[in-house]
Amino acid sequence: MSGLSLYDKLWNAHVVHTQEDATSLIYIDRHLVHEVTSPQAFEGLRLAGRQPWRKASVLAVPDHNVPTTKRDQEIEDPVSRKQLAALDENCSSFDLQKFEMNDIRQGIVHVIGPEQGASLPGMTIVCGDSHTSTHGALAALAFGIGTSEVEHVLATQCLLLKKTNSMRVDLEGELQAGISAKDLVLAVIAEIGTAGGTGYTIEFAGSAIRDLSIEGRMTICNMAIEAGARAGIIGVDERTLEYVAGRPFSPKGAEWEQAKASWCELVSDPDAHFDKVITIDVSALKPQVSWGTSPEMVVAVDALVPDPAEESSDSKAEGMRNALRYMGLEAGQAVKDITIDKVFIGSCTNSRIEDLRAAAVVVQGRQLAENIKLGLIVPGSGLIKQQAEKEGLDKIFKAAGFEWREPGCSMCLGMNADQLEAGERCASTSNRNFEGRQGQGGRTHLLSPAMAAAAGIAGHLADVRDYL
Amino acid sequence: MQAFTTLSSSLLPIDRPNVDTDAIIPKQYLKSIRRSGFGPNLFDDWRYLDPGEPDQSCEGRRLNPEFILNDERYHKAEIVLGRENFGCGSSREHAVWAFQDYGIKALLAPSFADIFFSNCFKNGLLPIVLDQALIDELFAASLADAETSVSIDLDNQIILRDGKQIAHFEVDEFKKHCLLNGLDEIGITLKYADKIKAFEAAQKSSAPWLYSND
Repeated sequence: MSGLSLYDKLWNAHVVHTQEDATSLIYIDRHLVHEVTSPQAFEGLRLAGRQPWRKASVLAVPDHNVPTTKRDQEIEDPVSRKQLAALDENCSSFDLQKFEMNDIRQGIVHVIGPEQGASLPGMTIVCGDSHTSTHGALAALAFGIGTSEVEHVLATQCLLLKKTNSMRVDLEGELQAGISAKDLVLAVIAEIGTAGGTGYTIEFAGSAIRDLSIEGRMTICNMAIEAGARAGIIGVDERTLEYVAGRPFSPKGAEWEQAKASWCELVSDPDAHFDKVITIDVSALKPQVSWGTSPEMVVAVDALVPDPAEESSDSKAEGMRNALRYMGLEAGQAVKDITIDKVFIGSCTNSRIEDLRAAAVVVQGRQLAENIKLGLIVPGSGLIKQQAEKEGLDKIFKAAGFEWREPGCSMCLGMNADQLEAGERCASTSNRNFEGRQGQGGRTHLLSPAMAAAAGIAGHLADVRDYL
Repeated sequence: MQAFTTLSSSLLPIDRPNVDTDAIIPKQYLKSIRRSGFGPNLFDDWRYLDPGEPDQSCEGRRLNPEFILNDERYHKAEIVLGRENFGCGSSREHAVWAFQDYGIKALLAPSFADIFFSNCFKNGLLPIVLDQALIDELFAASLADAETSVSIDLDNQIILRDGKQIAHFEVDEFKKHCLLNGLDEIGITLKYADKIKAFEAAQKSSAPWLYSND
C-alpha cells in the first residue's frame, strides 16, 4: 500500500459521495466568479427557481472586461458595460460578495483570491476560467470550469467529477541569474507539450520549486492548463504558511493554529504513487520565448526559429508551418532578431509585485526603444498597483515611456480596448499565444516580465541577461 | 438538456491540430449574456476576412473562401472531425454553444482538451475519441467526398459507415446515461442534498476556519 499524494489528500477530503462508476460528488470550498462566464449560470438558476447553496463561498470580481484607463467614467463599450451591469445585478439579487471595479481590492480574479486569503491551502477552488489552476500554488485543488458547472456549483456547492491521473514534475537545480518561474513553466510546456498533461493533475516539486516564492509558484501552476493539465499543485512549506498569514480572509487566532497544523499535512507522502514522473534539470536553463501560436512552441532566446522540415510528425510540421505563416517568421532566423511593436506586462500569469519589480530592475534608467508603439504595465490588482507606487516602480516605468494602467486582464485576451492591431507583434508576459488571442491578426511572444522589459528597451526580443 | 441517442450525418473536417477555444469563438463574442446566437460567429477569425463585432449581422461580411465552413458542400454536416487536443485553451463554454447553435451535435477527434470535453456533455453534444488511424481515414474520405457520412449509436457505443461498424468507442457510463436521457445534472446532485449537508457539518467541525465568513 503506497502513501498518498497531495492530490489524493485534497480529493479524499472533499468526497461527498461516490457512485458505482467512480464518479464522485466533490465539495467546493471557494467559488470565484467573474463577469464573462457567469451570466448564463445565474440565468439558469433563475429559470429553475434555485438559490445559491452557500453564499459565503462566493467571491465575485469584474476583471476580463474592465477598462484599464478612465475608471472614473462610464465604460465606453456598451456591450462590456452591459456584462458588468449583469454581474452587479446578479450579485446583488443573489446577495453575493463582490468587489466593485473601483474598489482597491479589485483585480484579476486569480490574483485577488490568494491576495485576500480567499484562496487557502487545502481548499477546493473553482472559477469559470481555465487559469484557476493558479491557486494550486497554495496546495489547493483549483481548476477551471465551464458555465454549466458554474451553475452546478452555485446550486449544489458540488461538482460531479472523476479523479484524474497524477503526474509529478520535478524541477531540479539552481536557477541562473535572470531566470524566473515563467522560464521554468515555458520549458516544462515545451518539454511535455500542450496535451502532455491532458487527463492529469500535475504536482510540481523539486529544489527549483522549493526555492521559488509563492508568487513564482503561482506563475507555474497558472500555466499548468497550457500543458493540458486540469490542475497544478504544489505542497505546503514554510513559505506557504508565511504567505497566507494575516490576509483578510485567512484564519486568525486559535483557528490559525488549528489550520496551520492541518495544512502541514498537505504534502505528498514520500512513497506516494504517481502515474507519471518527469524530472527536468533546470540548472542550465536559459531565458525562454515562444515563437509560434501554441504555448509549446518555445525556444531559448539565443536559439533560431525552428524548421518544420526537421519535424518528424507531418501533423506537427504542418502546425509549425501554419504558425510561421501567421507569425510572419522564417525558419532559421535568430529569435533575437525579431522586432516587436508592443510590450504587455500583466495577466494572471505575471502581474504580481515581484513581476513588476523584476521588470523595473531592467527598465530603470533606460528608455523604450523608438519602434515600440506601446509599453503597457497592468498590475494584477489595485493593492499591487498601490504597493508598486509606494516603491516608486510606476515612476521608473513612466520615465521609460511605459503606460501605467488600472488592474484587469487587459491585453492578455483583449476583451477591453487593450488589443493588438493586425500584424502587430507583442512581447507579452501572458499565457496564450493563440492566433488572434490579443487582437485579430496580432502576434504574441510569451516571455517573463524581465524578458518583456528587455525586449521593450531593445526594440526586439533580447536576452535579459545582457541587461542585468 | 436535449437527449442524444443516434445521429447520422456527413462530416465537417477541421484539419488542424490544437484547435483552441479562442479560435472557435473569439473573445469579443464572450460579452454576450445569453447562451444562444453564437453560430454565425463560430470560427469567426478563420471564417470571415473582415473583423467581426458582437451584435453585428454577419450577412454581407467578406467570407474566407479557403475555410471549410464556407464550402457549401459541408453545410449540412452535424459532426465535426477534428485533430489532436481539440478545444484546448480557455474554459469558455461559449465554444460549445457556438457549435451547437451552428447545428453541430457530435465531434470526432483523436483527443480533446479536458474542460472543452466536459463542457460538451453538459450541453448534449457528444465528443468521441477515436484512433488516430481512423481519424486520418475519415479526414481523407471527407475531404475527397463531402457526402462521406457516419452514424453514431450512443447506446451501443458504435460508429457505422455505409452500414458497417468501423469503431467501438468509450464513453463514461454516467455521462452516457445523462445524455441518453437528457438529464439535468443539478437535479441529480440535489438528490444528495442530505449528504452535502452532512459533509458540511463534518467539515465545519474539523476545519472551522472555512466557515468563519458564513
